[in-house]
Amino acid sequence: MSHAPLDLRQMVEPDRVHRGVYSDPAIFALEMERIFERVWIYCGHESQVPKPGDYYTVQIGRQPMLMVRSQDGKVNVLYNRCPHRGAMLAGDRCGSTGEFFRCSYHSWTFHTDGKLRTIPMMESGYEGTRWGRDNPDCNVKRAARVASYRGFVFASLSPDGPTLEEFLGPAKIGFDDMCDRAPEGEVEIVPNCFRVIQNSNWKIFLENQLDALHPSVTHQSTGRAAHEVEKDIEKRTGHAPLSYHMLSAFATVTIDKWDNFQTLNYPHGHCILTGYMGLRPQDPDTLEYERVLTEAYGAERKEAILSTNIHHVLLYPGLSVQSPLQQLRAVRPLGVDRTLTEIWHFRLKGAPEPIYRRALAYYNLVNSPATLINADDLENFWKCQQGLTADGGDWVSFHRHYGRDIEKDGMVETGPGMGTSEAPMRNQMKAWTQFMERA
Amino acid sequence: MGANLELSTGLAATQHAVEQFLYRQAALLDGKQWQPYIDLFTDDGHYWMPASPEQTTGEGTPSIFYEDRNLMIVRMRRVQHPDAWSQRPLWGTNHIVGNVMIDPASNDGTLVVHSRFHMMEFRRETSRHFAGSYVHHLVRSGDEFRIRLQRVDMVNGQGPYDYVLQVWV
Repeated sequence: MSHAPLDLRQMVEPDRVHRGVYSDPAIFALEMERIFERVWIYCGHESQVPKPGDYYTVQIGRQPMLMVRSQDGKVNVLYNRCPHRGAMLAGDRCGSTGEFFRCSYHSWTFHTDGKLRTIPMMESGYEGTRWGRDNPDCNVKRAARVASYRGFVFASLSPDGPTLEEFLGPAKIGFDDMCDRAPEGEVEIVPNCFRVIQNSNWKIFLENQLDALHPSVTHQSTGRAAHEVEKDIEKRTGHAPLSYHMLSAFATVTIDKWDNFQTLNYPHGHCILTGYMGLRPQDPDTLEYERVLTEAYGAERKEAILSTNIHHVLLYPGLSVQSPLQQLRAVRPLGVDRTLTEIWHFRLKGAPEPIYRRALAYYNLVNSPATLINADDLENFWKCQQGLTADGGDWVSFHRHYGRDIEKDGMVETGPGMGTSEAPMRNQMKAWTQFMERA
Repeated sequence: MGANLELSTGLAATQHAVEQFLYRQAALLDGKQWQPYIDLFTDDGHYWMPASPEQTTGEGTPSIFYEDRNLMIVRMRRVQHPDAWSQRPLWGTNHIVGNVMIDPASNDGTLVVHSRFHMMEFRRETSRHFAGSYVHHLVRSGDEFRIRLQRVDMVNGQGPYDYVLQVWV
């Protein structure tokens, strides 16, 4: 690789980052090797593969992988590759393979945990060769490590490194908050994935997720439009659906008010943006939901659950979790200037239907391919990517409230009235440097 | 014989009127005539693009679009806002609508109309193509039709979207 550790260090300073970090294909290749193909990457939710033989394909770094439930009920993550000639075992994005995988090229078959099952004419064809059942290379290669947290499955392609729970650290609250909001304590997948490609580097998306300064600028148009219609509906009927508030908040929370939010920044690049979108109105639907939650957990615990103050949890390097709305976006880098986002919605098990519908409205309006919000984000990301190839300046600035971060217990939190601090970007780049310097 | 001729003349007239209506709707989109486009829908009308072809209702299911007139007005005002940044680049669309078939089961004042479309969009230096089917549920309002429900299923709607859809297809 062309970038020695010293070069990397020169590209990332605590308060600024060299533009090559976003635009150099050699850096991108190194990121795939040292970050995405080593750390814990989100594969999917266990409810995506409910029955033995069910599988879902997933890209980890440059590797096409499979998440599959085997006959013993376990969820495995395998390389989607036949050990014979390299053909992908599953050509469809998802499906059920039954009791085994069968390669479409020469009919080799494999158990759903990856072990070789049969090779046609095994005895006559391979006698005397070093290829045979005892050779582990005849099995489908498995991800080095697979672990799940509250139903969310991760894989690491490196045998070394922290456990999943160590890696997630306090940021696992994103999953706890989502699941605890379900009266049954767990969520299940809504079987639909919105997939949208951003023509920009993957880090630009992650940095935007906790950028509290941008919404009132980027999303002014939708916020204003929704606010006008919200007022109009209120005038006519006395009450506008909550989805209008979710959209209008992008404009009615003015630029100065975003400083009242706070970011919490953890090791490995994870960050939390606190803030509450007014998702706890006192309407009959919410009150009924609160009654069901109280029945399940008791009043005190219910209060603690509903008071959890989270807008986004960013799990570096590839997941943005919006727990109060039961949504997540997984980041799959396709190239230095191209990034796929896979956007999923979850149902709170045991919660009344209107609570699902409310979050679904946000999923459709904000996260569908016809998004009223992300159209302007992606426009800005694209512009950034273009600008970062220019010789007009070498540095990306993360100076906002630099030097005012509060460090304690191994984490960094923004001080009062500094919610728009660029601390999350600084924290992400700190983790980036640590990952990238590990040869 | 006379009655049959009358019937077929009536069918031909309806077919013609429906086709003209669909062409006019496409022309309003291509002409960015957002308010007249929205006004084609009944007060309780919906524009719906399901997330997958198996879906039978937009209620409670993931949808790419599921918009009543209020949400359509939000979308219109967004694209008309001077700070809708993604609307700055030059863009335009061209719709071709055809294969118009009136469902024989149409009744109680609602015409169910199936058609196919092909849309080319040019935005900033890039062309994109979308194609698929429309199903219109049309009701008569005076001499005009209005849309109670328009369902849009795109053949390439299941793949990843390179960038997003900003207005109706």
